[in-house]
Amino acid sequence: MSSHTHTASHGTMGQLMIGFGLAALLTIIPFGLVMGEVGISRSTLVGIIMGLGAVQILVHLVYFLHLSRSSEEGWTLSASIFAVIILAIVLAGSLWVMHNMNENMMPMPEMHRQIEQMKSLQAQEG
Amino acid sequence: MLTETAQPSLSPIFGRLTLDWIPYHEPILVGTFAGVVLGGLLVLALMSYFRLWGPLWRNWVTTVDHKKIGIMYMILGFVMMVRGFADALMMRLQQAMAAGGVEGYLPPHHYDQVFTAHGVIMIFFVAMAFVTGLMNYVMPLQIGARDVAFPFLNNFSFWMTVAGALLVNISLFIGEFARVGWLAFPPLSGASYSTGPGMDYYLWALQIAGVGTTLSGINMIATVLKMRAPGMKLMDMPIFAWTSLITNVLIVAAFPVLTATLALLTLDRYLDFRFFTNDFGGNPMMYINLIWVWGHPEVYILIIPCFGVISEIVATFSGKPIFGYRTMVWATACIMVLSFVVWLHHFFTMGSGASVNTFFGITTMIIAVPTGVKIFNWLFTMYKGRVRLEVPMLWVIGFLVTFTIGGMSGVLLAVPPVDFQLHNTLFLIAHFHNVIIGGVVFAVYAAVTYWWPKAFGFRLDDTWGRRSFWFWFVGFYFAFMPLYALGLMGVTRRMNAYPDAGWQPYFIVAAFGAVLILLGILSTFAGFYVSIRDRKRLACGRDPWDARTLEWATQSPPAPYNFPEDIRIVGREAFWHMKQTGFKWSGHYRPIHMPKNTATGALISAAALVFGFAMVWYIWWLALLSFAAMLALGIAHTFNYNRDYHIPSDEVTATELKGAAA
Repeated sequence: MSSHTHTASHGTMGQLMIGFGLAALLTIIPFGLVMGEVGISRSTLVGIIMGLGAVQILVHLVYFLHLSRSSEEGWTLSASIFAVIILAIVLAGSLWVMHNMNENMMPMPEMHRQIEQMKSLQAQEG
Repeated sequence: MLTETAQPSLSPIFGRLTLDWIPYHEPILVGTFAGVVLGGLLVLALMSYFRLWGPLWRNWVTTVDHKKIGIMYMILGFVMMVRGFADALMMRLQQAMAAGGVEGYLPPHHYDQVFTAHGVIMIFFVAMAFVTGLMNYVMPLQIGARDVAFPFLNNFSFWMTVAGALLVNISLFIGEFARVGWLAFPPLSGASYSTGPGMDYYLWALQIAGVGTTLSGINMIATVLKMRAPGMKLMDMPIFAWTSLITNVLIVAAFPVLTATLALLTLDRYLDFRFFTNDFGGNPMMYINLIWVWGHPEVYILIIPCFGVISEIVATFSGKPIFGYRTMVWATACIMVLSFVVWLHHFFTMGSGASVNTFFGITTMIIAVPTGVKIFNWLFTMYKGRVRLEVPMLWVIGFLVTFTIGGMSGVLLAVPPVDFQLHNTLFLIAHFHNVIIGGVVFAVYAAVTYWWPKAFGFRLDDTWGRRSFWFWFVGFYFAFMPLYALGLMGVTRRMNAYPDAGWQPYFIVAAFGAVLILLGILSTFAGFYVSIRDRKRLACGRDPWDARTLEWATQSPPAPYNFPEDIRIVGREAFWHMKQTGFKWSGHYRPIHMPKNTATGALISAAALVFGFAMVWYIWWLALLSFAAMLALGIAHTFNYNRDYHIPSDEVTATELKGAAA
């Protein structure tokens, strides 16, 4: 609407350099962890890399895309929050749904055990 | 890999496209093809005779005017509705015949393509085209903007949608279409079970059209947030502008999920990945999960703009402001978020268990609450208003009755144990046609009748409008109420033939309903024809309905610049306020800055169409070439500095005087 809001969407050289430094650091750490073959369990390692990836996204948003409370009258921030909410719903929801499906549908030995259980229950009632 | 064994040789020039893929041995298709060619030649001849090619190119194909693009979206919607409805008639005829051992006239191979094409076309190229067209045309006018935020992008989005639609239609005559149902669940849609090009037509058509949809979503959000007339706060916007904003937020949030899911399936099919296969760690259920993460918001993307349409029309024809403006906005916002937490109700039966099903069953019932709020708001708007039963209002009342019934059958399906009985039956088919026809189609018809005078300067013929409404309305109940009954008897969807002759009477009634709807569609086109012929008699001023929102402050049809000068907006229902205070344009106009037309959008989309076709048939050289062409055209456009012009103030004054005299 007014032209002064445009100034908010360009960062200073200093901000860009901080962003670059953080982004580089956040890239080097996971590479180092994998290539240095540190003695961490595989699932923890995956967790750490995913976590650092998430931080990396934030660094990009704040330092390169200049996400702040004031830019574009707060619309960039509220849009990002909405995006995060939707992402969380989709990710957590999919994991929950697929996990339950795996529990209920996939493992055949488990199913046989349940069938046996039901049969014995029926036998008791009968 | 099965594709390799099935098609051992790829021609370096034509890929896997051979003469065998031209269906000249199928009389139905040959007849259709002959009809399309004859009709096409007739149109070409007439256009050449009247020398319309230049004007078509200059005024329409290259236009960046949101009003013309909106009209083109509506034309696309109606054209594709004819195609999709032809599919529907074929299915109704087949099912009315194929009972108790009779095979009917459509072999399964063809029948499966017909129901897939029907679903894909009706959702992506009819309903989406209609709602995008309405938002394109009406929303910028309602917020007092000159155009959308990115006019070139708007043109590009439209032509990408057309490219997708064309690709679907090409599949009718070259090769085949998918035989998988409208959401193409794997493993059926995977490389092992869908070997032909049909499934690839599906993927590339939706991906190309999806680019257009996503970009248009971004464009509309930016328009609402940045282009409002001075003084118009968000809470002053007409409800339709609000619903447009929320719809486009949903588009931007949901369509990337579709793009990603289809991309994964494309990798499965083209590069032997194993995301959704049964073996090697793939999981087809993940596809169903992801596609419905997009699919449920999608149905709200279709219906929310229609809620906006109904709100505008109810307020105008009741002569009252909309009842409960704030609750309307908040109800829409609630639906926006809630639409992302209900997707599992599409696959209760897949085995997530009681806790998951309970959660999603309850959220689904909750989402009916804000929708109910809206229904009551519309009823209370009519209450003690001076309701005028013009044609748009007839459609609105048809909407209220039909959509409410459809919504209630939806709440019924939200109960997981009930859904276990009704899943994949015709009850479900009846339910979603109940909300999509009773909701989207009726609202679009209401909108077309309501805003037609704005777009063209004359009303639609009243008699044909009423005929169209009654045929559609009665036809809908004849066509779909029997399907509810059949669904309760356990009849599954997508059946080519069925053994129980006892079902046949219901199918015959449904087919009769489809014929009534056909008469409704024909009445619509007859109405268009008669109205254009009698446009002198039907001519009207800028405000034929005594409306309340800002789009009616412009001329009918609006000048290219929409508003000759900035207006200061105070409060809601800007135009009603202007009428009360006797607003007049100043008459001293300044030159108006406008974007120039450009052919880039249409050209990139043409290249995208070629790219899609080449990928479907494995014509790799052509795919590379057309992809490079898309990139080159896009980059070349960035060097085009000749993008804008000014309409001189004399011309604005002259246009405004002419409009005032008319």
